[in-house]
Amino acid sequence: MLIKLAGGTVYDPAHQVDGKVMDIYVRDGRIIARAHDGERIDREYDLRGKVVMAGAIDMHTHIGGGKVNIARMMMPEDHRGDPVAHSAFCRAGCGHAVPSTLTTGYRYAEMGYTAGFEPALLPTNARQAHLEMGDTPIIDKGGYAMLGSDDFFLRMLTAKQDQNAINDYVAWTLHASQAIGIKVVNPGGISAFKFNQRALDLDEQNVHYQVTPREILKALSRAVYELGVPHPLHVHGNNLGVPGNVETSLKTMGAVEGFPVHLTHIQFHSYGTEGDRKFSSGAAAIAEALNKHKNVSADVGQILFGQTVTASGDSMRQHANAVFGSPRKSVIMDIECDAGCGVVPFKYKDQNFVNALQWAIGLEIFLLADDPWRIFLTTDHPNGAPFTSYPHLIRLLMDKSFRNDMFAKLNLDAQAMSTLSSIDREYNLYEIAIMTRAGAARLVGLHDRGHLGVGAGADITVYTNNADREKMFAKPDYVFKDGELVVKDGQVVKVTWGHTHTVKPEFDRGIEKEIKKYFDTYHTMNMEHFKISSEEIAEGGRGGVVVHECKGRREKTA
Amino acid sequence: MEKSAQPASMDNALSGTVTCPACGLLCDDLVVENTDGNIKVRQKGCAKSVTFFERPQQNPSPRIAGKTADLQSAIKKTAEILRNANQPLITGLGTEAHGMRAIMSLADRAGATLDHMNSNSTIRNTLVLQNSGWQVCTLTEVRNRVDLLVIVGTDIVSLFPRFFERHVWNEQSMFGQDTAAREVVYLGGRDIDTTPGISPKGVQPGILPCDIARLPEVVAALHALVSGKKLLAENIAGIATGDLQKLADRLLAAKYSVIAWSAAALDFPHAELTVQNITGLVVKLNNTTRSSGLPLGGNEGDISANQVSTWISGYPVRNSFMRTYPEYDPYHFATARQLDSNEADALLWVSSFNPERLPPSCKVPSVVIGHANMTLAAEPDVFIPVGTPGIDHKGTMFRSDNVVSLPLAKLRESTLASLSEVITAIENALKEQQAC
Repeated sequence: MLIKLAGGTVYDPAHQVDGKVMDIYVRDGRIIARAHDGERIDREYDLRGKVVMAGAIDMHTHIGGGKVNIARMMMPEDHRGDPVAHSAFCRAGCGHAVPSTLTTGYRYAEMGYTAGFEPALLPTNARQAHLEMGDTPIIDKGGYAMLGSDDFFLRMLTAKQDQNAINDYVAWTLHASQAIGIKVVNPGGISAFKFNQRALDLDEQNVHYQVTPREILKALSRAVYELGVPHPLHVHGNNLGVPGNVETSLKTMGAVEGFPVHLTHIQFHSYGTEGDRKFSSGAAAIAEALNKHKNVSADVGQILFGQTVTASGDSMRQHANAVFGSPRKSVIMDIECDAGCGVVPFKYKDQNFVNALQWAIGLEIFLLADDPWRIFLTTDHPNGAPFTSYPHLIRLLMDKSFRNDMFAKLNLDAQAMSTLSSIDREYNLYEIAIMTRAGAARLVGLHDRGHLGVGAGADITVYTNNADREKMFAKPDYVFKDGELVVKDGQVVKVTWGHTHTVKPEFDRGIEKEIKKYFDTYHTMNMEHFKISSEEIAEGGRGGVVVHECKGRREKTA
Repeated sequence: MEKSAQPASMDNALSGTVTCPACGLLCDDLVVENTDGNIKVRQKGCAKSVTFFERPQQNPSPRIAGKTADLQSAIKKTAEILRNANQPLITGLGTEAHGMRAIMSLADRAGATLDHMNSNSTIRNTLVLQNSGWQVCTLTEVRNRVDLLVIVGTDIVSLFPRFFERHVWNEQSMFGQDTAAREVVYLGGRDIDTTPGISPKGVQPGILPCDIARLPEVVAALHALVSGKKLLAENIAGIATGDLQKLADRLLAAKYSVIAWSAAALDFPHAELTVQNITGLVVKLNNTTRSSGLPLGGNEGDISANQVSTWISGYPVRNSFMRTYPEYDPYHFATARQLDSNEADALLWVSSFNPERLPPSCKVPSVVIGHANMTLAAEPDVFIPVGTPGIDHKGTMFRSDNVVSLPLAKLRESTLASLSEVITAIENALKEQQAC
């Protein structure tokens, strides 16, 4: 099957292509340079005047696993507002804040997204996360395995085990949970909460293990780097949502001692304590530090107004935030001496001082961060807002007058505390393509996605250029997934099953003996059952596991 | 639906680390032996696992109106029944995750309503989750942290036989606790087996008995006492208020208490309010110390069914696809109500783990997809025997704690199709018939 996408205006930042009119050829799901002489073109699309980009990649979106499904189960009142009937191509489900899995896949594809990564895959719950992602059609997916409050790892730090052993354990976890990265959530804090600590600052010790978040960050960021895992350690820092946490975030950037690190939903970690209400924007300081620390990247976790539900591994902070829930209900869990979770519904309101300022802080960070390769477009779906609000967010970034109109409607006290209206920057299409395609693929370590070069998987989105960027990005003309037309005029026309992206770094398998002994002594499940097989993930024709290259172990510790 | 060739080693083999789906604990340390298709539990058995694994292997044929039929005809007939129904009801749902995935797809196509055989129990918890939420933990947390275990309205072991062995009286724990010094208190219930609550050192558990029907007031009183309220009553349902005060004080002093209940045992009207009082007092305790609730369930795949239903439709059962989009109504879509009100006009009953769980009697066309050893009181229009997950074919099952899911193994050769194979075939047949 040979397809020609003719004459579109292409934005492909991975190859420095910025709005160039060109043809793209796709043979059997892959982008090729050109057809052979005399080769028959099976289908040609006339894309003159259209904008062509790679399929978008959401590098941080809660789409599968225990806490997401708890959120679904908790929110029937939200689902009722967005019922999704089955159609000729699609099965039924529900949408809005925490959509059903099938609807999640359809709606991402209908927005031109072709991959999404679940950032909080609990190793003990990885099977469920993969089952749910397996029921999420069309898009590719993958997960970041959560470590950092798990007993085995904290014991290693207490015992001051050498970095090689930690690397082996991290690699073993990546294999067992079929993940593509490692995430740490409130480093050590989820565990500390189980010992009745209610807060944990960067240099504060977990009372049981006598280990600090700084030590955890250092050990994990180094492990990820030394194993050659492309995606840097994915960090949800300590003190999420706490006024004054900007200081924690700034210190966190330094704590990794130069190892690559990704700070997620940084908006929730960029709060100062200035002003009458002791709540202020730390965006300028965060952006400045981001600009300076080239080893650090971040996604924003923008909030947008309306009902949503927050679902996080951070049981400590979610327990503290539960009083702000709307509707007032929450699920807080301690999980398997491994992790935790907290689910709290939220309604962000533009007339609420704190919410309005959160909105402005997120946008300030977007606009003050210089390097679009190191800042990513997320709402931390569904925590800041559902992913379906991305087109609106893109318009806020690309259209200053629209942004200022929105800003002028906010709580007046919040307006007085924000510099947003004085920032003139508008993102252009090339920068949006970096943030949502090329940069995201590079950050996650997807070598053949997020770009339109020869050999890339043909995940391609075609838009009609429209000055109203919200309209433009909400409804692509065409979306191709692995070369197949899956969306036309913003509607799914074919349902496919995407790949599950993983990494499998080399490690010393000797560590498994120790892990097995540990499981047999303390756990309620057998170690072999903890591991997810590739066959399980591919079951039912749902797309297989893709293993991405790790650059090999870098420099072992003596 | 063809069976792939299996390794010869499957017959007459000893298998270790087998997962047992006979209750929601999903113990995965069993050693079983297969002798010519009959399974014996050799190690780590309990009454429930022995009953489950040691049923003699049977291989009945499908039946249509009581007459032996081939599988294809039974599938076709089932599809016809679904096609001719305006509001089919798919219930029982005794299956694991993959079977449930197939059922969700069929239900969407057939416009069916879904209910589980254990819903009367599970909905007591679901309503609390949806109304206030809760603070709970998983089994490994219990095993390694609990210092005071309060059990409300049940002995646990009659439904979950190895609970104490695996999660309370384990010798070693992660944080150096003297596990034998753990305290156990039974609150409510009568004539329950409290001997498993005796510690390895011989310390008797606390027992505060009352009739199950009076648990609502006892739990409400405990909630009040934990909240610092003073009660004027001298006793609550026969329990001295002073004894409840002592329990409240112990809960407040404990470092990590766990309050366990089984919704199945709380069989009285509006038991969800009692569950909510339990979870409410756990939330109160967490203002100053740590405590978790422990809802025990997962039998007959009820947690698995709810999980899969929730990620595919947005809702746990009881839900329905009759209007082409999912709807949720824990009262309206109840099996008994659907049948008694004549709203359901076809019944499809699924029980793949347990031959004892039989369909309700009904006057509408009915299909039973069940365990091979099932003996039916009334012959349905169609009977299709399926393999047992965890014995005849693989599967994935969710544990009581709603977090851990475990692989179920294939332990022996079987000619029976799995539920998901049968359901998918029914859906395909229905698709063909709808296209005609």
